[in-house]
Amino acid sequence: MIAARRLQSCEEIEVAGAALVADIAGGLYWPQERLLVVADLHLEKGSSFAGRGSLLPPYDTAATLARLHRLIETYAPTGVIALGDSFHDRRGAGRLGDRDRTYLSALQRGRDWIWIAGNHDPAPIGGVAGTAAAALAIGPLAFRHRPEPDGPEGEIAGHLHPVARVGLSGGSVRGRCFVHDARRMVMPALGAYAGGLNVRDRAFARLFDQRAFSVHVIGQSRVYRIDGGYCLPD
Amino acid sequence: MSLLDRLDADQRAELPQRFARWFASRGWHPRAHQLELLARARQGRSALLIAPTGAGKTLAGFLPTLVELSGPHAAGRGSPRADRPGRGLHTLYISPLKALAVDIARNLERPVAEIGLPVRLETRTGDTPVSKRQRQRRNPPDILLTTPEQLALLIASADAPYLFNTLRRVVLDELHSLVTSKRGDLLALGLARLFALAPALTSVGLSATVAEPDDLCRFLVPQPPSGSAHADLVMAQGGAQPIVTMLDTRERLPWAGHSARHALPEIYDLIRRHRTTLVFVNTRSQAEMLFQELWRINDDGLAIALHHGSLDVAQRRKVEGAMAEGRLRAVVCTSSLDLGVDWGDIDLVVNVGAPKGSSRLMQRIGRANHRLEEPSRGVLVPSNRFEVLECRAAIEAVADNAQDTPPLRAGALDVLAQHVLGRACGEPFLAADLFAEVRSAAPYAGLTRSDFDAAVDFVATGGYALKSYERFAKIRQGDDGRWRVAHPRVAQSYRMNVGTIVEADMLKVRLVRSRGPGAGYAGAVARRGRVLGQVEEYFIETLVPGDTFVFAGEIVRYEALVEDEAYVSRTTAADPKIPAYEGGKFPLSTYLADRVRAILADSSSWGLLPEQVREWLEIQRWRSLAPARRDLLVETFPHAGRHHLVCYPFEGRLAHQTLGMLLTRRLERARLRPQGFVANEYALALWGLGDIGLRIERGELSLAALFDRDMLGDDLDAWLAESALMKRTFRNCAIVAGLIERRYPGKEKSRREVTVSTDLVYDVLRRYQPDHMLLRAAAADAATGLLDIRRLGDMLSRIAGRIVHKALDRVSPLAVPVLLEIGRETVHGEAADALLAAAAADLVREAMG
Repeated sequence: MIAARRLQSCEEIEVAGAALVADIAGGLYWPQERLLVVADLHLEKGSSFAGRGSLLPPYDTAATLARLHRLIETYAPTGVIALGDSFHDRRGAGRLGDRDRTYLSALQRGRDWIWIAGNHDPAPIGGVAGTAAAALAIGPLAFRHRPEPDGPEGEIAGHLHPVARVGLSGGSVRGRCFVHDARRMVMPALGAYAGGLNVRDRAFARLFDQRAFSVHVIGQSRVYRIDGGYCLPD
Repeated sequence: MSLLDRLDADQRAELPQRFARWFASRGWHPRAHQLELLARARQGRSALLIAPTGAGKTLAGFLPTLVELSGPHAAGRGSPRADRPGRGLHTLYISPLKALAVDIARNLERPVAEIGLPVRLETRTGDTPVSKRQRQRRNPPDILLTTPEQLALLIASADAPYLFNTLRRVVLDELHSLVTSKRGDLLALGLARLFALAPALTSVGLSATVAEPDDLCRFLVPQPPSGSAHADLVMAQGGAQPIVTMLDTRERLPWAGHSARHALPEIYDLIRRHRTTLVFVNTRSQAEMLFQELWRINDDGLAIALHHGSLDVAQRRKVEGAMAEGRLRAVVCTSSLDLGVDWGDIDLVVNVGAPKGSSRLMQRIGRANHRLEEPSRGVLVPSNRFEVLECRAAIEAVADNAQDTPPLRAGALDVLAQHVLGRACGEPFLAADLFAEVRSAAPYAGLTRSDFDAAVDFVATGGYALKSYERFAKIRQGDDGRWRVAHPRVAQSYRMNVGTIVEADMLKVRLVRSRGPGAGYAGAVARRGRVLGQVEEYFIETLVPGDTFVFAGEIVRYEALVEDEAYVSRTTAADPKIPAYEGGKFPLSTYLADRVRAILADSSSWGLLPEQVREWLEIQRWRSLAPARRDLLVETFPHAGRHHLVCYPFEGRLAHQTLGMLLTRRLERARLRPQGFVANEYALALWGLGDIGLRIERGELSLAALFDRDMLGDDLDAWLAESALMKRTFRNCAIVAGLIERRYPGKEKSRREVTVSTDLVYDVLRRYQPDHMLLRAAAADAATGLLDIRRLGDMLSRIAGRIVHKALDRVSPLAVPVLLEIGRETVHGEAADALLAAAAADLVREAMG
């Protein structure tokens, strides 16, 4: 079951010697450790905007949790690492609706759950299960929210919400993507209302050699490995 | 003696002496329709005046007001009150264009001064300083000239009852143009409010000729709860019948494309032989191209200018000024000059490309020669063979004086939501009262209570089934049952975002110095230069830095996107990428399409067509067939190693694109492996690896099933989930309804930082609440807008049981033009034309040989 889906809709990536799987739903799976990694869930972003006058549909948390659900169902991980900005603001967890709160705890049940601190949710998240951490190192990999130019080898981060624009004859396609080279990776945002930053933005130039990075773009039916050179700026 | 003449004689006596003297002093006679409007006003009636350009329409609209303000009629109205310095507002004039309001004010000042009337008239637009606006509210002028958006703002203030209760008349200019858009919906709602606030109000609509004057007559007066009410209709005597001809080119008529390059010397010759020529084209890119090419052959150095909606406003006003002063020999323009005051002494209108609609063409040609007694002159220049048919159809339609303006639209729910918030920003309202008031506006006469309640619910808490936003409500119901804004911040935000024209997807185009190859993301750009104009964001999104295109009359190189500006630099490139941005493209009107099909079906009428077009149709008839007027011809043939299906619905590019998307899905399911399609105004061509023709011949694929109306069910629904056009439609609704704000008080952050992509919102909402008001509003827009679904539906009904299949062994002559569209958007300038020419030669040999 897992094997079949893997063939169809995910791609293997190696970072710092660790064999990882980039899934079409936007998560990263590390089979050796049975670990699922997700970034930038931005839960309760809709209600955060509502508080400032934009009454966005209050279904983004449910939509994001549904993506998470799909990943957990596929890989049945023993642990989940959320790479920060899991809630859109400090009070986000307190605004969770009853249904979404129940949904989240059902996903968490029976597995280790690490909330890494992000700039939107710097303090430990109260009112939900899981363990808070500023960062986390496991084997060759270092999990943190914000990627740094001088970050360690094996850095797996989020924060930047990478998207790639790929030119084809007659048009171009824009999609969320994993950006990586042999040393590090920046993961796509999982949040339903999380926007994107083009991988040709300066923020990425500080992290990756512009001639030697790749992206894995999330398409309609699978993940596509694209050479960085084919990514266009906006 | 006709009725109008008798009225004329009766009423002239009633024109006050000083007015009669003024007319005489200018060597004018008051026109029958001007006196007629005066008479209607004296009877307290609202009226619609339909008159051609140059008939003194504006003066007719204001004459009753000026007469009332000049003498005894003014008595008894608005007697000065302690708290009101003046007499109060008497007449409100609303124009679709800010510039037009300013021009009209200037034109009115002349009779006011020359007759010596004690009348104060002022304009109020987005440019009016805050201090003046405040003063206007405290001490209003007699006549205020403004726009629909400013009216909405005035209504949303607590002063509205004070300001408007003295109002006697509202004059709506260019009404035919206003009512076709969401601005018309906004205006209709504003008008309904005015009628409620000013018991003695009457309205005057000024309009060009339309297909259904009745619709506009209803628009002008409050509609009763059942049945309908109409303003009086006053028709000015038409001017002389225009003389419209088609350019009979000595050159070869192109098979496809819209450049009309073949006819350039002939167009130039027409300009040379006339005083001032307006050259209308359909898209901004055509305007840019034609302007460049005309200057390339402008050996006489004629003053030829360019005018279109993307150019900087100051630049446009300069061109208009020069034209009014008679300093220009020609202006190449788009629909940007369809409206506006009478410019200068224009003696010829050239329409390059497809006329698209009969009414539109007549309005354009009416721009030539503003002396009513003399005929306007128009020359149509088809840019390809199909357009010859369309021009022929249009000439016949003009001769029949056939109008094809669209019917009155049903009021949009997103505009209603905006209005509901605006009303809550003014005086608190009771839902039942507002519902009745809204229904009195003609476009909303059919509004249901549940849709109205959905709009109120949307404004209050977003209208979600999941009720989680009560504490964030924008408007709340008080103990008195009245709705009011929950916080002054809400009203402030409303005022900053009022309006229905979604401009946020336009980017400024700024000229900078090139940073050479390898540019891309926004590095430091050496020098910020001037703004050339605006361009659609989605156009820029298709560009890669280094691409060249023609803009504002020069070839520029795209450098980078910086915040909300597209940076471009000058380039020496001689081969610009053809700009694919097609701002202002209208589909072929249903009426004209039917006439084109009639010409195609009736070979006895082909004698009126140019020789080369006749020959093309004759060979089509011999090779395949010339379809009957109501039939749909479907041809299948192998070509270039692929199997093609070409059909000819004549329903416009937008409807054909939607059809192409839906047929592709169905062909995929039939395992015919479709690979692509291309649409133009007349036809749709699809191609793939499977032999479509053979499958039809064998009875394995039914054309009737393929073109069945049921494609508008699940297939459409599945496609809408991904369609970029649908997402753009949704975005417009979300902005108009106020879900997404474009401007924020006190913050000048880039909108990219503070907004959530409406595409993401669309995906989520569609999945979790597919019947939400905004999705219904977007679906209503998609029926007529970018996806033209309603027209597609009408077409599918028309052709049911009338599909004629021709299996051919090669390309048919009729299919050549649409096949030549393949790849046009990705190839480059002159190379593209060379490529097209080469491809054309091959195709033509295959088809005609």
